[in-house]
Amino acid sequence: MALIPETEIQIEHLTVNYDNREVLSDITVDIPRNRITAIMGPSGCGKTTLLKTINRLTDVTDGASVSGRVLFDGKNLLEKNVDVNDLRKKIGFIGQTPTPLPMSIYENIAYGPRVHGTNDKTTLNRIVERCLRTAGLWDELNTRLSEPASKLSVGQQQRLCLGRALAVEPRVLLCDEPTSALDPISSKHIEDQLSTLRRDYTIVLVTHTLRQARRLADYALFVYFGNLIEHGSADHLFNSPVDPRTRAYIEGVFS
Amino acid sequence: MDRLLEERVFKLLMQLSTLLIVGALLSIVVVVFVKGMPSLTLQMLTQTSNGGYYVGKEGGVLNAIVGSLDLCGGATVMAIALGVPTAVYLNEYASRSRFAAFVRNSLDLLWSVPSIIYGVFAFILMVYVGLGTSLLGGIVALTMLELPIMIRGMDEVLRTVPQRLKEASYSLGATKLETAVRTVMRQAFPGLMTAMLLALGRAMGDAASVLFTAGYTDNLPISLFQPVASLPLAVFFQLQTPFPVVQQRAYASGFILLVLILSLSVFSRLISKQFGRYTVR
Amino acid sequence: MARRRTNELVARKVMFAVTLLTALLTPLILLGLLQRSALILETVSLRNLIFSGSWNPDEGEFGFAPFIAGTIWVSGLAMLLAIPPSLLMAIYVAEYASKRLRNFIKPLVDVLAGTPSVVCGLWGVLLIVPLIRDYLAPLVGVSTTGYSVLAGGLVLAIMVCPIIVSITDEVIRAIPMEVREASLAVGATQWQTVKHVVVRKAFGGIVAAIILGFGRAFGETMAVLMVVGNVPTLPRSIFDPAYPIPALIANDYGEMLSIPSYQSALMFAALLLLIVVFAFSVAAAVLLRGFRRRYGLGQVT
Repeated sequence: MALIPETEIQIEHLTVNYDNREVLSDITVDIPRNRITAIMGPSGCGKTTLLKTINRLTDVTDGASVSGRVLFDGKNLLEKNVDVNDLRKKIGFIGQTPTPLPMSIYENIAYGPRVHGTNDKTTLNRIVERCLRTAGLWDELNTRLSEPASKLSVGQQQRLCLGRALAVEPRVLLCDEPTSALDPISSKHIEDQLSTLRRDYTIVLVTHTLRQARRLADYALFVYFGNLIEHGSADHLFNSPVDPRTRAYIEGVFS
Repeated sequence: MDRLLEERVFKLLMQLSTLLIVGALLSIVVVVFVKGMPSLTLQMLTQTSNGGYYVGKEGGVLNAIVGSLDLCGGATVMAIALGVPTAVYLNEYASRSRFAAFVRNSLDLLWSVPSIIYGVFAFILMVYVGLGTSLLGGIVALTMLELPIMIRGMDEVLRTVPQRLKEASYSLGATKLETAVRTVMRQAFPGLMTAMLLALGRAMGDAASVLFTAGYTDNLPISLFQPVASLPLAVFFQLQTPFPVVQQRAYASGFILLVLILSLSVFSRLISKQFGRYTVR
Repeated sequence: MARRRTNELVARKVMFAVTLLTALLTPLILLGLLQRSALILETVSLRNLIFSGSWNPDEGEFGFAPFIAGTIWVSGLAMLLAIPPSLLMAIYVAEYASKRLRNFIKPLVDVLAGTPSVVCGLWGVLLIVPLIRDYLAPLVGVSTTGYSVLAGGLVLAIMVCPIIVSITDEVIRAIPMEVREASLAVGATQWQTVKHVVVRKAFGGIVAAIILGFGRAFGETMAVLMVVGNVPTLPRSIFDPAYPIPALIANDYGEMLSIPSYQSALMFAALLLLIVVFAFSVAAAVLLRGFRRRYGLGQVT
């Protein structure tokens, strides 16, 4: 990791309002490629919003208005003429609450590829197997693929969501507190997978615990009430933070 | 009054009221069953009322049974064709807009319209296009009857689909339409089916709206533009004859109608569990 | 990609058009009836239409007073008979009944509420009319055929009860537990809590339930028509026959085709009915909206 990584996403002066209440103020930061960037900060401070802006989920959030630029692939993805559906193929998202789609396990994984035009059975079978293996579910579930996904345990569901996100072959993975609803064993599974995936994907991870950030982050952002207080390499942020608020957060004064 | 005594008195009154209402509702089924069963013959179900049926001769109400199925089937299909896009549009595209509020208010009013008025309006429409009483006229009236019931039920259930489910679909790059069809409607499927069956049941039992739109006939339905018989009207007309034999058949027809509608209602409740196999809690 | 985009755009436009169409049905019905009533409104004054008691269509006399009176008598009686037991039953099912009992009664009533109008009319003819003729009327020393306001009122009442019970039950259950706990905590009995606290809080919703029941009672046609006698005179007692407006429209529809002024008069009757029912619907909706805002209820009706 001695090489200086390239920038995958450039965020410039991003401001987001929900119904005229400012949730994110003037955020400017670069997200490095093929690294895990952790976003930390107290609850309700705009971390999820930051994530949702990147894959334009703010488009379907009531009352959200976004200004600024987010550069990806040479273009500002916030512009109106951007093909949002194609964008979301390149930038995947995993939410806090494991959300299986109302269909079978197989169809959950196949959903993304199908929607983008892949309907060939053989190709889909291959994709389903690949993604379930990456998510660590293939051995458990390969005989039960036609069962409803809603019957899986919460931990399995979240891993399914991870597999599902990977099925459309994104370059970026946005993860919003993916383990906060899970037990420690499932959490570890997901963390191990994210750690491995960073070789091939750019991962932006909103994390709810400092410890998870320490375990996984290469880079970290500290967001406090909508403002980006400090950012930098994980080593720098955890061991020698500059801003007093960052230091207070690291030391566990507030969480 | 001593407050404990008051409590006991009112509790008794409440229990009596419950007994009274439930009892009265059940007595409807019982009375119709008791009076109708004796006259229920296979003939009634398999023959039409051609010939002197209404003056006491042989025959049955097959024309009315098939007529009702045609009327309600047609109306339900029309109502689905109009209602599903409306419910989906209201929930997925227009949700917080003033247009949505206008539509919902308008449909609320439509829901409260007495069924005879649907008949009157459909009658006006049919006269306007030069048609007399017909299967088509009946279908138009019943579609208007079913529409607000169906949309209300569908709207309600579509609202319960969690936002995160839709976001999961959007995050994979699906469009609004794709999300609505492949995810939202699949999630809401049991509720959608229930709404349809509820509307169908309501349409089956209604006489006032088909009275002067579908007309009546002794024949099986053959054309969209000819009058058609219906079970509720069969009951009504048979009851009005001076022949006791025919009146008995009215009871039997009423019983057939009741059984059809109650079974539909019970069936839709039982099925909803089966439909919800993939639904996410 | 372009194909998906076009699909989306086309679908959106089509859905919008369909939605607009369904939304326009209500105003269209209103306008249609208005337009058809124009003829009679030009020939007979509104005052005469509503208040005159002479009904002679062949001679152009269209006094709707007996029919309006008939409608009010029958619906009014039905509500009077239906409201007390319905409210009591709703309170019982919502507050007192065990979960098992509630889970048995609620679906039962919901299913039975779907009993069609003709079947209720049939029940009325088979049970209620003889009951009145042979037992109730002689009790009071009156002789009647049984086809009366009372018969219509009783049949209508049983048809309206499920609606009032259902809405009142949901409204009561929407009141948060804390409100009841606050009352019980100071030592009030369950009934006192219900009487002084719950019902007071649910009042708006309960009134809405009653108004909606009223609206339904006004418009109900078939069942009433079969038991109410259909004689176009002003009823003087509940044992007299009556002729509510929906029954008039249903019975005389044949005439609609021959005499234009008659047709227009019946359209006017339908318009009158519609306006009253709409007024009730709006009133109930306003009340329920206020209630919903306070207690976050979903769509209750």
